Amino acid sequence: MKPAAFDYHAPRTVEEAVALLATHGEEARILAGGQSLVPTMAFRMARPGVLVDINRIPDLAFLRAEDGILRIGALTRHAAFEKPVAPGPVGALLARVARHIAHAPIRQRGTFCGSLAHADPASEWCATTLALSGTLMVAGPDGQRAVAAEDWFQGVFTTAIAPGEMLAEVRLPLLGPDWRCGFAEFARRAGDFALAMAVVALRLDAGRVAEARIALGGIGGRPELAPDAAAALIGQLPRDAAQSSAERAAAGCDPQDDIHAPADYRRDLVRVMVRRAIEDAIAA
Amino acid sequence: MNWVGRRLRRFEDPALLRGEGRFTADVAVGARAVRFLRSPVANGRITALRPPEDMPPGSLFVSAAELGAIGTIRPMLYRFAYRAVEQPILPADRVHFVGQAVAAIVAPSAAMAEDLLEAVTFDIGSETALVAMDDALHPGAPAVHAVAPGNVAVEGVMESPEAAAAFASAPHVVEIALRSRRQNASPMEGRGGCAQYDRATGRVRLTASVQMPHMLRTGIAELLSMPEADLQVIAPDVGGGFGQKMALFPEYAVLVWLARRYRGDFAWIEDRNENLIASAHSRDQEHRLRGAFAADGTLLALEADILANVGAFSAYPTTCGVEPLMAFAEYPGPYKVPAYAARARGVLTHTCPMAPYRGVSRPVITFGLERLMDVAAKRIGIDPVAIRRMNLVDSFPHRSATGLTLDEASYIETLDDAAQHLDIPAFRERQKAARAQGRYLGLGLSVFNERTGYGTPAFAARGMGVVPGYEVVDIAMTPNGEVELRIGASPHGQGLRTALAQLVADRLGIAPESVRVIHGDTDRTPYGWGSFASRAMVISGGASQEAADKLAARLRAAAAKILQSSADDITLRDGEAVAGNGSSIALAALAKQVHQRSDLFDGFNLAESAHYDPPGTFSNACHAAIVEVDPETGHVRIERYLVVEDAGRIINPLIADGQVRGGVAQGIANALFEEIVIAEDGNILTGTLADYTLPSAMEIPEIEIHHRETISPFTLTGAKGLGEGGSIGAPAAIANAISDALSPFGVELFEIPATPPRIRAAIRAAEARA
Repeated sequence: MKPAAFDYHAPRTVEEAVALLATHGEEARILAGGQSLVPTMAFRMARPGVLVDINRIPDLAFLRAEDGILRIGALTRHAAFEKPVAPGPVGALLARVARHIAHAPIRQRGTFCGSLAHADPASEWCATTLALSGTLMVAGPDGQRAVAAEDWFQGVFTTAIAPGEMLAEVRLPLLGPDWRCGFAEFARRAGDFALAMAVVALRLDAGRVAEARIALGGIGGRPELAPDAAAALIGQLPRDAAQSSAERAAAGCDPQDDIHAPADYRRDLVRVMVRRAIEDAIAA
Repeated sequence: MNWVGRRLRRFEDPALLRGEGRFTADVAVGARAVRFLRSPVANGRITALRPPEDMPPGSLFVSAAELGAIGTIRPMLYRFAYRAVEQPILPADRVHFVGQAVAAIVAPSAAMAEDLLEAVTFDIGSETALVAMDDALHPGAPAVHAVAPGNVAVEGVMESPEAAAAFASAPHVVEIALRSRRQNASPMEGRGGCAQYDRATGRVRLTASVQMPHMLRTGIAELLSMPEADLQVIAPDVGGGFGQKMALFPEYAVLVWLARRYRGDFAWIEDRNENLIASAHSRDQEHRLRGAFAADGTLLALEADILANVGAFSAYPTTCGVEPLMAFAEYPGPYKVPAYAARARGVLTHTCPMAPYRGVSRPVITFGLERLMDVAAKRIGIDPVAIRRMNLVDSFPHRSATGLTLDEASYIETLDDAAQHLDIPAFRERQKAARAQGRYLGLGLSVFNERTGYGTPAFAARGMGVVPGYEVVDIAMTPNGEVELRIGASPHGQGLRTALAQLVADRLGIAPESVRVIHGDTDRTPYGWGSFASRAMVISGGASQEAADKLAARLRAAAAKILQSSADDITLRDGEAVAGNGSSIALAALAKQVHQRSDLFDGFNLAESAHYDPPGTFSNACHAAIVEVDPETGHVRIERYLVVEDAGRIINPLIADGQVRGGVAQGIANALFEEIVIAEDGNILTGTLADYTLPSAMEIPEIEIHHRETISPFTLTGAKGLGEGGSIGAPAAIANAISDALSPFGVELFEIPATPPRIRAAIRAAEARA
């Protein structure tokens, strides 16, 4: 459990980091919190020849609410979200979600953007960003470009990031007071990767659902939206429609089979988690 | 002052809590790093095995070819149709399980050694692996080892003459099939060793994370045909063992071989992945259990068919008979079983070998027997407490159906205590109310006994080639009045330095702080069998007490001389020897006199030795769990966990409770969480702690512990062992509680771990049946 040899760089600016990525190409990996990368290197499942440690880039260490947008810099740790970072439904949701991410020591090091860049299908932040229609700001040789969350996740550990690029920031809309956000996940142990999770965002109008987004995580190769399940809520009282929405999510998903959960069990969990996430949203 | 029975804080803890413990990896600093190349294939012939072309200075490659003619690991049983499987230190031609060490690489650092491992030329012609017992037992299946055609390595068969008739005529015959999945003991510190060569003497000092240092010394000396006196084995601070660290593992032999061959220091510190795939597994068993019951619930006969997957080899010295034969001999547990029939087979497969793990087969047989009791109670229409009460052994000594002698115990009393603490009628009301709200609570009981502190006769009865059992303790008082107690037991977390000091302190009238317990060093302790099988407090404790009494007699005799009294007139208390007339001398002053003025004492000294080899005793306990099951997800929350434990005289209740808690945590892990999953090709899919789901403190509830102290005449100190009980009782209590919770669905659980997917599958199947 010792990593293969690698070179180490600690740039001070995003430009330097991107230049290093350009020089070393596929060999290079970004090191932020290291909570996923370093263990996989110890198992030699990942063996980057070059590590570009971005922890000393002051420009990436920010977390602020600005014009209705939550701007999350690449060095923002999971623990930063344990108390609501902004008033309103999104800050409260992020605080509820954060507690489910691994264990306290890991939350001190691991980063929000690192989770999005790693794109583990069971990552809470990935499903959350998808449910909230976040935007990912990618830095490359030609400056920054924005990628919508829907376009970001391409497969297991695969994203829309191009060679030579790094994820610099994630932007989440700070939804207004007519929104309700909810979260539910099921894991074997506290802090484990979830076997299934659901994140919902509902806009209510006179108690009925006017807009709905439901994201599922932990069930397939990537987090996915459940548009049919969301559609089942539109125009309905959320409590009344929760079960039928949950049934649609279960019917529409394509869960994977692994040693922790056979596919039919995961489908059971999707049904329960979607319903519970909707209930969580109403209760919040 | 009475020290026995006091909640004395452990002498061991300050150093451990400050991070100042001294573990094998601390000793290994500076030694060359050894890493093992492990087979990725479960069954196959090695077609090429060559060192990396580029071997930097300080690096070495060791395979069977380099080792040359050395011995094989071949533990023996002389009974039970045992097939003596042989395990090479490193295989020359065939591999038999994924993870088997095939070669070693030595390098200046572990990282460099791992780089070199990747450059070894290693080809295997992969052949079909037998992983499941069904496949290995299938007629015509190839033999894992030629010496055991049919793949049964050990088989026990017995049948009381009345059994068949009892089953034929019994009003109720209840049959259940049980599955216990494979588990790993997972000590916090994995295996590891550091072999250091002493050029001045030619001796090797092997510091290793082990439970039986003397046995390891003997075993390695035999393998390497070296004088045993040239090897010193030290077990320093050891971070848990649970049985996994009893065995003579090939890796240790390679380390000592390297130290002798290259006259240097070589260390291997196992990583977690190695521990999970290649150390030793346990509990991979399938049982079919039948009970014949009278109309009122009286158990008339028990029949057990026991299959234990023993893996590819046989662990030295316990052999692969340890699991099947323990289940075979101890299935009747604390119950009156008038007729018993059993067949137990150890099945060879291409999987990691088994070693004892805390409780050995008893967590599984208790799971079986206690599930049987609940199923029978339901079938017959009586209460789970009632069926147990009427069948538990209630007069002692009791001779079991398998010939074991059960000594004084409190089977019924602990059950009654537990029932009273739980207030079962109140729980049933609460359960009913919860069900009305769609919440599913359940209560599960588990009554069992735990054979502990068994000496030579018990192991000899198994026909073991190496018969562990006795313990020797050497005691001496130093000139300043301190006591050195040298023991052959080898504590690895049990707090024996504290508990034995309490025991000895009372016998000598001194403070426990004045007693130094010396252990885990073959150069400094008498030959002994280490710590396992809940034996140390019983056997080493008994010998310590005897030795202390002999020393006390010497101190009284010496004091009598100085105080001009008679030995009978002298009392040892508060660090003094006191005569009947009130005159006294401090023991420190007395000891100094005896040591330094031996002319006055006719060469008398203050050293003694005692040997103890008891027949064995039975601890017992009743565990109870109240759980809430979420039928939608299969999640189990343990609301309450209660233990009524009887381990005879409790030397240190703080340590005893810690033992029970740790055991229960491992039992809950077995019941709900832990499973080594092996793919059809023999690869292990749970090679990290992300996949092998060891519970954390978050998953383990408060554990409520009550004690009874039934003093047994079968142990010198009155203490019975309690190292394993916690883990023995928990799986049955949890499984019974889950089945009780889910009784509205008609679900009965017979497989552990009862994971959420398994619980959901059982509910779904029950719903489909309905």
